[in-house]
Amino acid sequence: MAKITKEERKNGIISAALALFSQKGFYVTTIPDIAQKVGMSVGNFYNYFSSKEILAKELILYISDYLGKNLREINMKEITTEEKIQEIVSMYFKMASDKPEMIEYFLRVYLSNREVFGSDCAGMICVSSFVTEMMIFFEEGVAKGDLHNQDFFSAFGLFMGYLGGMVFLFGEALLPEPLKEYEESISLNIYNALKHRD
Amino acid sequence: MHLNTETKPKLLWLQGVTCNGNSHSFLNLESLEQLLDKFELLYHPLLASTFSLSEITSLQNSCDILIFEGTYDPEFTRNNIPLKEILPYYALHAEYIIALGTCASFGGMFQSLAPERNSGLLYKVEEEGGPLIAYKKRVINLSGCPVHPEWLATTLQMLLAKHTIVVDDLQRPRELYSSLAHHGCTRNEYFEWKVDTKGFGLKEGCLFYEQGCRAPLTHASCNTILWNEVSSKTRVGTPCFGCTEPSFPRTNYFQTKTNMSIPQDVPLGVSKRAYLTVAGMAKTFHIKRLEGVLIDYKRDH
Repeated sequence: MAKITKEERKNGIISAALALFSQKGFYVTTIPDIAQKVGMSVGNFYNYFSSKEILAKELILYISDYLGKNLREINMKEITTEEKIQEIVSMYFKMASDKPEMIEYFLRVYLSNREVFGSDCAGMICVSSFVTEMMIFFEEGVAKGDLHNQDFFSAFGLFMGYLGGMVFLFGEALLPEPLKEYEESISLNIYNALKHRD
Repeated sequence: MHLNTETKPKLLWLQGVTCNGNSHSFLNLESLEQLLDKFELLYHPLLASTFSLSEITSLQNSCDILIFEGTYDPEFTRNNIPLKEILPYYALHAEYIIALGTCASFGGMFQSLAPERNSGLLYKVEEEGGPLIAYKKRVINLSGCPVHPEWLATTLQMLLAKHTIVVDDLQRPRELYSSLAHHGCTRNEYFEWKVDTKGFGLKEGCLFYEQGCRAPLTHASCNTILWNEVSSKTRVGTPCFGCTEPSFPRTNYFQTKTNMSIPQDVPLGVSKRAYLTVAGMAKTFHIKRLEGVLIDYKRDH
């Protein structure tokens, strides 16, 4: 059997921790819980992450980079702003369906336990790669004349708050249909809310 | 090609459509007399010269260095002679031609008076389309509104010293135009930490986001070769208007064009992604020293 590399081990810890943190919460989950799920000793775990807080920060960076990378690919496409909105919504909902632990972690751990992340994650630092791509998306949308020029956070809150809310409802099993069923109508709502006004 | 300096080179200062701004700026040169001593001044509109304007426009002389100030309008006349006759006559044999100011370089402020025919000597805004394009190698663009007197003095001294003047892609001397107006700005620390100025004319704060400052996008040595040897726009709290670039004049000089709160233009050569990433991080920190009035700041002990 091929030897598991250190990088693969690290990714294994990230997956296990994401699942545990998003299900049980940050405080209830212990390092022995994570080590056990990965199948390693607690001592060995510390070779990868020196504390639970540092692991928590790595996770949010991991999620932000994942989202940022996907958004960047959409931003680079030669498609209309309206189509980009559809792709962003679709990407976000797909992530929420296929990798619910990522969004769960973002909503239930990162946003709910800001004290865990401390000054290392002050402001937007730990979600910078994701937020930067949203800035690029909005800026280009306005520059092309497709979107209404307004305050960034007003637009950002409308877009991401809406998606976060839907994913939350989905996570609570309150949505009658799968998330994908809402993609088209939600994309249109977002576009109509943000589009250029004469 | 170098100047023959066995005798004093003959300098001719011609004007197109101009506000005289570059002439007035030149009068502020600290070493004006010493510099002029090295030339025979055939004609200058404001300075004592060998010839009168009517003698110059009779097209009987020739010059070694031709300085042209103002926008070129072929129909515009000096002493009832149109520029389309005066300019080519002197340009033909001049060793060097200096397009002085943004109007002479790119069309500038007076380009819009007759956009179909007005231009700089080489460029119509950013495109080649001026009357002296065939002489491009002999033309040096010194853009600015106005040009800093030291930039002209430096260029003339370089020609006298037979230095080769290396130019950028808009024919401006790299020596003077390779750095940005941002370089040497006393507000750089505020730019780094994204602390925006809280009002016009204040000593504290960066002018880039709140006041329309173009210094990070503008090739000019305004903050390294100071005006009147002591100051610059940004030092007194006025944003850089980007007056050395072909895009000058623009509108809304005191406003930064933003799209969803994000600057439409970011510092030269920096990707928007890189700028937004770094700016977002810098904005996260609150540095007490940079947030108040500097002179009132006291360290916490």
